[in-house]
Amino acid sequence: MDSGFLVGLIAATFRVATPLLYGTLGELFAERAGILNLGIEGTMFFGAFVGFVVAGWTGSLWIGVLAAIIAGMLAGLLMALLAVHLGVSQHVSGLGITLLLTAISLFGFRLIYGEPRIPPSIDPFEQLTPFAQIPILGPIFQQYALTYIALILVPVVWWILYRSNLGLNIRAVGENPEAADAAGVNVFRIRTLALVIGGGLMAAGGAFLSIAQLGAFTYGIIAGRGWVCIALIIFANWKPVRVLWGALLFGSVFALQLRLQTTGLRLPYETFLALPYIVTIVALAIAGRNAAYPAALLKPYKRE
Amino acid sequence: MPKFKIERAVAPLWTRPLIPLIAIVVTFIITSTLVVMAKANPLEAYYYFLIDPLTGRVSALEVLVKSTPLLLTGAAVTFAFSAGYWNIGVEGQLYAGAIAAAWLGTILGGLPPVLAIPIMLLGGFIAGMLWALVPALMRVKLAIDEVVTTLLLNTVILFFVSYLLNGPWRDPVSGWPQSPEIAASTMLPKLLPRSRLHLGFLIGLFAIFLLWFILSRTTFGLKMRASGLGRDAASFAGVKVGRTILISALISGGIAGVAGVSEVAGIHFHLIDAISPGYGYTGIIIAMLGALHPLGVGVAALFIGLLTTGSQTVSRALGVPAYLGDVVQATLLLVTLGAFVLQNYRLRRVSTSPPPDIEPRMVPGSDSQSGS
Repeated sequence: MDSGFLVGLIAATFRVATPLLYGTLGELFAERAGILNLGIEGTMFFGAFVGFVVAGWTGSLWIGVLAAIIAGMLAGLLMALLAVHLGVSQHVSGLGITLLLTAISLFGFRLIYGEPRIPPSIDPFEQLTPFAQIPILGPIFQQYALTYIALILVPVVWWILYRSNLGLNIRAVGENPEAADAAGVNVFRIRTLALVIGGGLMAAGGAFLSIAQLGAFTYGIIAGRGWVCIALIIFANWKPVRVLWGALLFGSVFALQLRLQTTGLRLPYETFLALPYIVTIVALAIAGRNAAYPAALLKPYKRE
Repeated sequence: MPKFKIERAVAPLWTRPLIPLIAIVVTFIITSTLVVMAKANPLEAYYYFLIDPLTGRVSALEVLVKSTPLLLTGAAVTFAFSAGYWNIGVEGQLYAGAIAAAWLGTILGGLPPVLAIPIMLLGGFIAGMLWALVPALMRVKLAIDEVVTTLLLNTVILFFVSYLLNGPWRDPVSGWPQSPEIAASTMLPKLLPRSRLHLGFLIGLFAIFLLWFILSRTTFGLKMRASGLGRDAASFAGVKVGRTILISALISGGIAGVAGVSEVAGIHFHLIDAISPGYGYTGIIIAMLGALHPLGVGVAALFIGLLTTGSQTVSRALGVPAYLGDVVQATLLLVTLGAFVLQNYRLRRVSTSPPPDIEPRMVPGSDSQSGS
């Protein structure tokens, strides 16, 4: 194992972890406010689709990212309408949103591009190369701007959740909505806001894949990454900094798996792909009741 | 200006079946925008969607073929949801049954169909049950929420299927990523000549009957519904909630497994990785549309079967992408969920000119908190 292999692996780890970071930080907002948003898989897919289409139409990649974020915020708003305001069960409305957004994206893609033999593509983002001349740091730091933004978002999200008034309210409505309500916090408004912010982040993760990493939109572009984020949240025990370590750990496993596939090692690569899910379930079984679930997760709030 | 007040009111029982009908109309109005974007006439599109498939023998039977796995997954989801166990893992349990069928189908070739087919069905039931076992035990013994664990296991089994099909089970004859063809004696018999309709459809109807029978004619069904309504009240009434949930979860997984057998032994005759285009998730849509009532679930499964067939017809006739069918299904789910909540409220006209000496804000119950 030479140093080139390791440097390539580290660089790939950050790249693979980027969409997971956006998705998981987005889900973190929702869950800390007491809403399990299973719409994540569809929201990421929708973000990838909207981002790709708008970037192609306008010729501006950043406008594409922005459009994806707005689309994701609307998806969060729809989730809020169902799960917060109407009090529909969270898992069913979340899954419904995933099904809806996946179907709308596929419908829209087919409508706009038909069934072309060569899939449509755009010129994706260039990677930033801050240390291009330095041997090992050069390739490691050669990353997309969206990856750097994701890394900066980790302390920002931590600050919002633990040091800002908004974060205090989000955690309050996620732990004890009745008490928060009695203290004058508008539970419905805070939960809606958390879902809207979260939806925007999830969609940015999807847009990273279509606008930065691939420069294309494919039907398998998200491929269960949203569910990985759901697993990561538990793995990270609902804490933003641990989300970073978790995303990097999962990212390295995926990156390693890709590299082992190309080196011709005859180990079923599916083992690696399934690993994060199995590890999460085992971690849940071990942590059991001690898992730091937000106390009001999955419970719709009704004001009597 | 007339004033309206939103107030809580239990809707009369006869309005219940109306809710899905209203939801269907609202859904078609919403999704018309997509039909118009595809430059087609919505009314024409909905003719091809809902009426045209029923006008020909082939397509009408195809509706029943498409409904077959949906009757089973709809029943599986309803079994679990009725007991308050949120089994999102029906998709994975279906795959477990499909794996069992692909394996048993290649080793039971020597047996006559009367023996082979019951063994296939039982094997699929057990496989689905086993795949449902771990999350159910974690819920009952460790109080770990099943929504996430069942969901994650769906992805795990897809990787396992991919491993089987790319590795040990790859068809040596064709070289495709599909398992070898199952023996002829293990294939589910056709119900009618010149159609794909097979025994699985009757098994699906039987699952719906079983659901009705257990839920409304047995003590266990009573316990299931008690657990579903609330853990504390049920235990107070002497129901062993943990045991009830565990058994319901396992039956749910078993029926999902049978859905997998039905698809392998009735339609494909191989295990392929696309054996289910999300039947397990569609089962959740069906259970909610049917309001967890066996009759409603049966009708909903047939209706979604019609939508699935119809989306192909719309696509062929008008060039509207067949994904419209998926959009309609998902929209229908969300609209129905909303409608079931809203039916418990009514808008009442209140006196337009309140006596001037009463401050309106002081009226108790004037709180118009959205939807709460």
